[in-house]
Amino acid sequence: MNLEKLREIREVSLQDQQQVLSEGNIKITICMSTSGIAAGAREVKKTLLREIAERDIKQVVVAQTGEKGLQTFEPVIIVEEKDKPRVMYGNVTPEIMTTIIVEHILNGQPVKRFLWTGEDADKIEGQEHPFFEKQVKLVLSNCGEIDPESIDEYIGAGGYQALGKALSSMTPDEVIEEITNAGLRGRGGAGFSTGLKWSFTRKATGDTKYIICNADEGDPGAFMDRSVLEGDPHAVLEGMLIAGYAIGAREGIVYTRAEYPLAIHRLEIAIKQAQKFGLLGENIFESGFSFTIEIRQGAGAFVCGEETALIASIEGERGMPRIRPPFPAQSGLWGKPTNINNVETFANVRHIIIHGAEWYRNMGTPKSPGTKVFALAGKIKNSGLIEVPMGMPLRDVIFTVGGGMKTDKPFKAVQMGGPSGGCIPASLLDTIVDYDSINQTGAIMGSGGMVVMDSSTCMVDVAKFFLNFTQNESCGKCTFCRIGTNRMLEILTRITEGKGKMEDLDILMELSKKIKTTSLCGLGQTAPNPVLTTLKYFREEYIAHIQDKRCPAGVCKALITFKIDAEKCVGCTACARKCPVNCISGEVKKPHVINQDACIKCGSCYDTCKFNAITKS
Amino acid sequence: MYEAIFSKYAPTKDNLIYILHEIQDQHPQQYISEEAISAVSEYLSITHAHIYGVLTFYSMFSTKPRGKNIIRLCESPPCFLKGSEAILHSLRDILQIKVGETTPDGLFTLELTACLGVCGNAPVMMINEDVYGDLTEAKVTKIIADIKGRI
Ligand SMILES: Cc1cc2nc3c(=O)[nH]c(=O)nc-3n(C[C@H](O)[C@H](O)[C@H](O)COP(=O)(O)O)c2cc1C
Ligand code: FES
Repeated sequence: MNLEKLREIREVSLQDQQQVLSEGNIKITICMSTSGIAAGAREVKKTLLREIAERDIKQVVVAQTGEKGLQTFEPVIIVEEKDKPRVMYGNVTPEIMTTIIVEHILNGQPVKRFLWTGEDADKIEGQEHPFFEKQVKLVLSNCGEIDPESIDEYIGAGGYQALGKALSSMTPDEVIEEITNAGLRGRGGAGFSTGLKWSFTRKATGDTKYIICNADEGDPGAFMDRSVLEGDPHAVLEGMLIAGYAIGAREGIVYTRAEYPLAIHRLEIAIKQAQKFGLLGENIFESGFSFTIEIRQGAGAFVCGEETALIASIEGERGMPRIRPPFPAQSGLWGKPTNINNVETFANVRHIIIHGAEWYRNMGTPKSPGTKVFALAGKIKNSGLIEVPMGMPLRDVIFTVGGGMKTDKPFKAVQMGGPSGGCIPASLLDTIVDYDSINQTGAIMGSGGMVVMDSSTCMVDVAKFFLNFTQNESCGKCTFCRIGTNRMLEILTRITEGKGKMEDLDILMELSKKIKTTSLCGLGQTAPNPVLTTLKYFREEYIAHIQDKRCPAGVCKALITFKIDAEKCVGCTACARKCPVNCISGEVKKPHVINQDACIKCGSCYDTCKFNAITKS
Repeated sequence: MYEAIFSKYAPTKDNLIYILHEIQDQHPQQYISEEAISAVSEYLSITHAHIYGVLTFYSMFSTKPRGKNIIRLCESPPCFLKGSEAILHSLRDILQIKVGETTPDGLFTLELTACLGVCGNAPVMMINEDVYGDLTEAKVTKIIADIKGRI
């Protein structure tokens, strides 16, 4: 491979794509990501292919791509024709697919009622929809645009240009300087300067050095890395190659969680293609630089996302964190200098090399330049994947891009940073997203998960969930992390059962402090954060549980009572038949009653009743 | 009987997790038996204790026989907020088993898992390598019936 060849491949690829969209042709693209498939994209694709064959439709090209970030609207399909706006359909079912074939493909009439934009159906493409309008796509630029299983399309979109540029016209030190000047900060959570980290590993002594890509993404509510790996795997490989050149490594490893089979599959394809094109292997771009990449899988352990635990896991050990220093930059995998970065960090690299540090710094805030990918989940309208410039206020992220709340219940809090993070209340919605501003709230930027909660969420319960998670995932090495989290969990459980005491709140604070200061790795050091932030912003909710024996959100089972409103009950017996412990009795067509002593508060009667006759208090 | 698997991996300790993954995937009851541990111990020249330590550290490995299809329902907050608990009730009703149990016909094991990274389509479950999202009681009933129908 050399620059000239790369240019040729790019031209051919662009011509091919034009060919597909030549006069009279129609391109139908299906978003085949795990999200799309989970929502039924495979069945839609089957229907599409069957209809094309049965109706003998010519000049239709079927293509696949990663996700557009519209998880709520999956399966998503895109119809393209020359000189016409792109048409994007959402929530497509096999039946809808058939309708689209008949009305749009055969009769030339886009089916407005199935456009993903719903009410703005006149805007066909939907790119001017606030969901897309406010986003700046750098890391996600290819996701949902190119076929992730085609290296030609990646090269057509400008791929491997940055690697070519770095290898043929920059020294390793110049590469590191560019990344440092760009101010790129690690997207895996801590936000450490990527350039600085690379320079440490470059300076470390030793002939064998490693590059590791951390794709263990385990934070509940996070799916940025999965999306990037499934939608644009070559971008990650290109970032790793450039890093390898910069620090003087010959080997790279992608460590991914085993729960991501599609991401692993697409990575495997990408690696094979890059090898075939001479972009991995010996003497890349005729520069003398050689590099290989292999994939290693985890087996379901959250703590393996921590860099030293990850290294232990690759070595075939239990994934237990090790004491730092020495840092991996000095002594990492097999005791050799190792540079570990997150998927999204690597995916940023090529843009900085192509456009330069100054261009990159024009986006975001002075201390957190660039963009950040966020995974929006929970009670938000457009749950999905977005990329916005750093510095955007949380309010815009949630209410403009995210479309606001899913139901008519008001916003209560957003959980950021997963189990290491915290809950940010409505009063702080004007906080901007950058590492330092989010830290000030007591939460952390983390890897980019945002779980949006409405008034029906109990904050004590949320804190309990996250603590239960970290307590489960604690590897057990540090005493406070192992036992302290357990004690905190017991206290929280007590509070949610109405058995808490006011002193418990002080004990929670005390234990939090101790766990934070005596844990070896980030898991323990940050484990109390969900409790601390909810205690800070939602203290009155803890007090209501303790003093009034009341769960204001009506979530904590021990504190709620289900009753049947005799006025509304029509005696349909639906609830009595559903009750798993047979504690509802009454005659047909007469009001029923719940035997409170036997009730296990599962809520199934509440969910079953069609007459709103069951009350929860 | 493990030769075919071993032949794909050099006898070094860093291959332990991959070998265990494959042994488990190929076992009709999706677990790693004591006999398998002995064979791996011999092949990699590492102690039973080390293998057992690794096995029990990672949640995807099982030392007990399980069903042909492993259902892993996500219990993390985004899924919980979107009603994963009701889905759990449905699964228990349909399969007539509790979490951690296997149906008497050996077809399904029900497990809970942390986030599967598909939270935009909550509630979510994974059956073997397939992910199912936007679950409702009706959808779950159909998915289970479809799998039974295929067998
Ligand atoms: C408990 C724990 C889990 C972590 N999980 C991840 C993860 O899933 N992905 C990730 O990139 N970093 C994770 N990290 C952070 C890594 O240790 C490391 O800082 C990061 O991979 C460095 O990459 P970056 O500088 O590009 O952010 C985790 C840290 C801790 C303490
Ligand atoms: S929370 Fe269930 S998939 Fe992420």
